[in-house]
Amino acid sequence: MDVLEYIKLISSDYTLRTITLGTAVLGAVTGMLGSFAVLRKQSLLGDAISHAALPGIALAFLITGSKDTNVLLIGALISGLLGTFWIRGITTKTHLKSDTALGLILSVFFGFGMLLLTFIQKQPNANQAGLDKYLFGQAATLVESDVWLMTIVTGLCLIVLLLFWKEFKILLFDKDYALTLGFNTKFIDILITSFIVLAIVLGLQTVGVVLMSAMLLAPAAAARQWTNSLGVMVFIAAIFGASAGVLGTAISATQNNLSTGPVIVLVASVFVLFSFIFSPNRGLLFRQIRLIKNRNDLELQKTLAFMYNIVEDHENNSHPHAIKILNNFQGFSKKGLRDLVEKNYVKLDGEMWSLTPEGFETAENLYNQNQKND
Amino acid sequence: MTSAQFEIQLIASLVAIACAIPGTFLVLRKMAMISDAISHSILPGIVLGFFLTQDLNSPWLILLAAATGVLTVVLVEKIQQTKLVKEDTAIGLVFPALFSIGVILIAKFANDVHLDIDAVLLGELAFTPFDRIYYDGMDLGPKALLVIGVILFVTILLLLAFFKELKLSTFDAGLATSLGFSPIILHYGLMSVASVTTVGAFDAVGAILVVALMIAPAASAYLLTTDLKKMIALAATFGVFSAISGYWIAHFLDASIAGSMTTMLGIVFLAVYLFAPSKGLIAVLYREKQQRIEVYLITFLLHLKNHSEENERHVNHLNEHINWQKVRSKTVLNLALKNNMIRIDNNIVSLTKKGETFTSKAIDYIVTYEDGLIEDMKDDFFLFRG
Repeated sequence: MDVLEYIKLISSDYTLRTITLGTAVLGAVTGMLGSFAVLRKQSLLGDAISHAALPGIALAFLITGSKDTNVLLIGALISGLLGTFWIRGITTKTHLKSDTALGLILSVFFGFGMLLLTFIQKQPNANQAGLDKYLFGQAATLVESDVWLMTIVTGLCLIVLLLFWKEFKILLFDKDYALTLGFNTKFIDILITSFIVLAIVLGLQTVGVVLMSAMLLAPAAAARQWTNSLGVMVFIAAIFGASAGVLGTAISATQNNLSTGPVIVLVASVFVLFSFIFSPNRGLLFRQIRLIKNRNDLELQKTLAFMYNIVEDHENNSHPHAIKILNNFQGFSKKGLRDLVEKNYVKLDGEMWSLTPEGFETAENLYNQNQKND
Repeated sequence: MTSAQFEIQLIASLVAIACAIPGTFLVLRKMAMISDAISHSILPGIVLGFFLTQDLNSPWLILLAAATGVLTVVLVEKIQQTKLVKEDTAIGLVFPALFSIGVILIAKFANDVHLDIDAVLLGELAFTPFDRIYYDGMDLGPKALLVIGVILFVTILLLLAFFKELKLSTFDAGLATSLGFSPIILHYGLMSVASVTTVGAFDAVGAILVVALMIAPAASAYLLTTDLKKMIALAATFGVFSAISGYWIAHFLDASIAGSMTTMLGIVFLAVYLFAPSKGLIAVLYREKQQRIEVYLITFLLHLKNHSEENERHVNHLNEHINWQKVRSKTVLNLALKNNMIRIDNNIVSLTKKGETFTSKAIDYIVTYEDGLIEDMKDDFFLFRG
């Protein structure tokens, strides 16, 4: 199936359109908020929250008996928030570290959720089929109202982000400064954490408890590699998230037996890998290239400095010398000499070399930091 | 209690002990989330192993899956070394990707065989007694019991053999390295044990609940003791207690055994978290309140010492000047009176001899930036604490 045909299919097929829109919106909102989670070094909080939401879903079903998405998500939201604040309580009031608190809340809440889910399954009257989808997510169960809900939350989230932009930013990078300026850091902190919880809970139906954390992290981690500006990062993360959603849905729709959630996560992971390698400033590829270039430059400078030391004692700076005397201490390489000639620092004449005036001046100022290097 | 029930509880207890040992070290080394990552990312290893061996209890499958677990640790470290992202982000990126690969592999190729994701996540402890191992027609017991028994045996052997190395490298990695213990070997040794235990236990209690068994008992024990040996013993005890009580709760509720074991672990932790003698929430809050009042008291005494004139030391004036609410000033005043630090004549507050000595000493400590020593001094002077 080619791309055009697929686009046509999206516009004609209700389910596919809903899923595509849903995953795109979800990817955008988790990407946006994920940027904050990643920068606040709370990457794994998403993992903990999504697991901690499970008992809320089960309890909401047990109490209300309804399988309405909104009711279940409110349950998830409450237990997710509860888990988040318990994690905070553990790390601030005891000497247990955040990783222990995260792992503990994650596994204990999840275990409790599984206990409730299996308990519900054994109930004779319960029409429980469908709660399982929150484990791994089933994008296929998305309906239009779910997408509307996601869009509303995303809009809300955007408004809050814009309203509190400078507060979020200052809290992110210099909490103490924010405190001294008189910002209510606790309130801002709770606000951003609550929105992160909200975004995670929204995604449970689509990608599920287990993989939700990747939706939060991967777009943000990828976006981080392309920029040093928070605004740009949030924007790129939203785009990455949305594209991961759309592409993942497309791939899983065109194959049999491929659930959407894992595919979206894998697509997002590919984005991360690509960004890690190819981003111009931080990427591994360009970093390696820069490393090699620097090494060559250093080699060149070494030869130049060596020549300078020899030439220095002579009255005539352009007096020719034999290449052989550079041999001490591995002072030169053929390629290095060629590069120097190319830069017009050195003249070669058979087996002899001489510094040009330009080369002499460069060598003289080699370690002068104020001089602008080419 | 039938023999199947006994066997289930025995398996659960052995799993709990086998998890508690590496779990303790993971918690102490601040690597608890690694166990979460391992438990997720062994999935593709299990699936591949299952394709090769067609047997969930095969030792090859366990080794292959454990290798995936170690691979996760290596990948996380490699990503971290690039300095492109922080360690926790690296963990959060690696395991969902590997887990997704596992889920997709199962969905694509293993749909009709006996391996579904629910089993991987939850395990089925209830069925373990029925999958038995026979040798020459003789019943050797459930397979899971044998598997976890061997793992536990090896873990304990390794623990005994390398206890002091592990202890040293956990608490002082620098010293351990300078004494010639390779931190890398110990690190990967621990990671391998954690991976093998996770894989061995996943069949019984499921991949994610292994995390609970590793972290929760160790975290609870850490709130109660600072002795490594005691901590391991306590963690194992908590694990076994939760395993057995969890089994019976599941029995009565007719729900998942693994789920109720974890819930018990959570309840145990909650109890310890609230009531632990010196590090529990209540103790900490009480101590914070006590210290707050004692700081007020010292401030109050300093104020008294600063002002010799009577009108500055009149009760009404003090109330106004220091601007405390009534309740607080009453508490502070009572505490000072009880400890014979002050006396009140005609509504004029003045320091007693004891109060004088205490305050001058406190000032000495404060001006020499040794405020911490005031804490020790309190023991000498205070009959009653805040």
